[in-house]
Amino acid sequence: MAVAPTTYDEAADALRAAAERGGPAGISLAGLDRIVRHDAGDLTAVLQAGVRLSAAQEAFARDGQMLALDPPDPDATIGEIVSAAESGPLRHRYGGVRDLLIGVAIALTDGTVARSGGRVIKNVAGYDLAKLVTGSRGTLGVVLEVAVRLHPLPRSRATAVFATADSVELGRTVNALSHAPLELEALDVRWAEGRGAVLARFAGSCAAARAHRAGGEVLENDEELWAAQRSGQAGARKLSLLQTEWPRLCRAVDEAGGSLVGRGALGLAWVAADDTSPVRAEFPPREPPAAQRALEERLRARFDVHGALVA
Amino acid sequence: MAATPWAKRSGWDTATVSAERLIDRLTGICGAANVITRPHQLRTYESDGLLMYRSRPLAAVLPETREQVRDAVRACADTGVPWVARGSGTGLSGGALPHSEGVLIVLSRLRRILDVDLPNQRVVVEPGVTNLEVSKAVGPTHFYPPDPSSQVVCSIGGNVAENSGGAHCFKYGFTTNYVTGLEVVLPDGEVVELGGKELDPPGYDLVGAFVGSEGTLGVATRITLRVVPTPEAVRTLVAFFDSTSAGGWAVERIVAAGLAPAAIEMMDRVSIHAAEAATSAGYRLDAAAALLVELDGPELECSSDVAEVEAICVDAGATEIRVAADEIERERLWRARKATFGAMGRVAKHYYVQDSVVPRTKLAEVLALIDGLADKYGMTVANVFHAGDGNLHPLVCYDGTRPGEAERAEELAGRIVTACVDAGGSITGEHGVGVDKKRYMPTMFSESDLDAFARLRCAFDPAGLANPGKVMPTPRLCGEVPGAYREHPLERARVAERF
Repeated sequence: MAVAPTTYDEAADALRAAAERGGPAGISLAGLDRIVRHDAGDLTAVLQAGVRLSAAQEAFARDGQMLALDPPDPDATIGEIVSAAESGPLRHRYGGVRDLLIGVAIALTDGTVARSGGRVIKNVAGYDLAKLVTGSRGTLGVVLEVAVRLHPLPRSRATAVFATADSVELGRTVNALSHAPLELEALDVRWAEGRGAVLARFAGSCAAARAHRAGGEVLENDEELWAAQRSGQAGARKLSLLQTEWPRLCRAVDEAGGSLVGRGALGLAWVAADDTSPVRAEFPPREPPAAQRALEERLRARFDVHGALVA
Repeated sequence: MAATPWAKRSGWDTATVSAERLIDRLTGICGAANVITRPHQLRTYESDGLLMYRSRPLAAVLPETREQVRDAVRACADTGVPWVARGSGTGLSGGALPHSEGVLIVLSRLRRILDVDLPNQRVVVEPGVTNLEVSKAVGPTHFYPPDPSSQVVCSIGGNVAENSGGAHCFKYGFTTNYVTGLEVVLPDGEVVELGGKELDPPGYDLVGAFVGSEGTLGVATRITLRVVPTPEAVRTLVAFFDSTSAGGWAVERIVAAGLAPAAIEMMDRVSIHAAEAATSAGYRLDAAAALLVELDGPELECSSDVAEVEAICVDAGATEIRVAADEIERERLWRARKATFGAMGRVAKHYYVQDSVVPRTKLAEVLALIDGLADKYGMTVANVFHAGDGNLHPLVCYDGTRPGEAERAEELAGRIVTACVDAGGSITGEHGVGVDKKRYMPTMFSESDLDAFARLRCAFDPAGLANPGKVMPTPRLCGEVPGAYREHPLERARVAERF
């Protein structure tokens, strides 16, 4: 349907109308594509859901700032990123979408617009609906606007690369780096066909010097390296593991004849393979426990009163 | 058993009988020694850290196991009796204020550290474990960053309920950024496992929804926390200024330069005098503002950043800068800051603490506005605050023995809160809404916002038994869900899509 509202009330009305017709309810957010405000001195911004991440980053960079989110698709909209809780290597240092949202406005299928949080970084007033809707794939309401915390763009960056053909050594390197007080900006792994690497990215005033101290092969022009890590996530299967389980996952990926990229310390991996069954056997897919599913159903019944939302 | 709320039945006889039955059942669950019903014994539990509110519960129970917590909640659910969870009782918003017709569930005996998994940087604890015990369990190589000033006694369960912050959250974030898993007893007595040691569990981020919900969605009985490596270096300095606005300007410049100190704290003249009288830490008594800045991280970054902070402070007109030479000096500089609240008793008979937040760039403007209000009311307002994140703690000083002064202090505090919200801020940065600030909720949130909050609360607690009367400005009944819920096709699809 070709509804492209330009105000939040219009969006909520359109959503309600669609829901009342018996759904599935969907609205275009193409008309909500404004950077509502960028308070550079406060390192915060308010973005409408239709804003493309790349456009926002360009605006923030003019003030030496960034939204510390680097999902595989830089042109994804804020709404898409929040809905799927998409993130990239920067999550190691700055947290994921849930950690960077400080406020949210959502439209519900009964036509109301609800806000939670605000536009200050420190705020515990009211319930945290931003976290509730992050990753909920649009099943509770439609995100219209978010307030985000920004970070200064690092003065310099450099990456130390630790290549290895031994998955046990790869695991050891990840653990050593994640337990050292290095304050890395990112700590990633990659693995394919029996070989891989750990990538430790340093950021700050003395990034290169610190990278050299860490050992490994140091790259100061490291952007391409990280672009490859991000694009490795696209279309791949995501799974969660503990940071001590990398060797086991690498072996399973070899058995599947696939490849992986992932966040070393966070234990998040994206596996690409024609047949992922060896990996599934080793890391069985997780499902929410029954009590959680029941709770989620009750939440949907309260938020989406028409039962009309599909992602 | 019919679940008619006993409190709603007519006639006190029935109520008394039902109450006695519930107490019998609680005694069966927790043991007679762990169920407190005598008024003089209950006095200990009448307030949390906010002493101006008092309420005596029907009973206080002190379970020793997670199963006892579950069974106590179930007993309340079966009888329709409200309950309030309490940790160490250090909260500053009345979040753990008992319900006069309900049960207080005290979690201080659930204080086992269940698992220290250092290789995976996780710790699993019961809710009564204190904040500092977590850092001790993983030290010296690691630590648990959220550090409320009550960290020696406050409980992790309470931190989870309030989403506690602390002086170092400017760099490190809040409790919600460190909780990866929770075992929760829901208000109907059902136990739900949310998340775990791994990140991004399937389904909604219910851990995120639960942390900071002030005990209104259930009670956490097991908590999984992320811990991080102890920084290589720490540098602490204090800079003195002739005005709070000069100090505020330094803060803006430090942050604008892209420096991310672990903590940036400011004290005004009244606070400095009170703290100095209590601690003799050596702060300058002729200064109008003291700015305490702590940088931590890799040695190389720290050394270059501390020089930059010093230069900015000099540029902003600092009259003196002292860099702590060692851990003893660092501890002394912090002692003054940490003692300020307690020390206010030296300059005021009573004080009323606020917890409002303003965007950092509005600090100077709002501080001037507060000074103006203080003059108008003829009262002293001391300020000691987390300047980095704009979290003010204005202390409205008053003499409660003078008729009407407490009311005037509260009125002044209310005007300060409103000024902060008008400046784009929040009514509370870390203390929580509780009972103390619920009347200010409508200054920040519209009816439809509050209604969405109620939807969340009702999904967890349709009977409204968990900590009722807190957070929300007016009581709301949950009501029936309109129409039967149709299970949506996505749910299975989404789960199946998970790896």
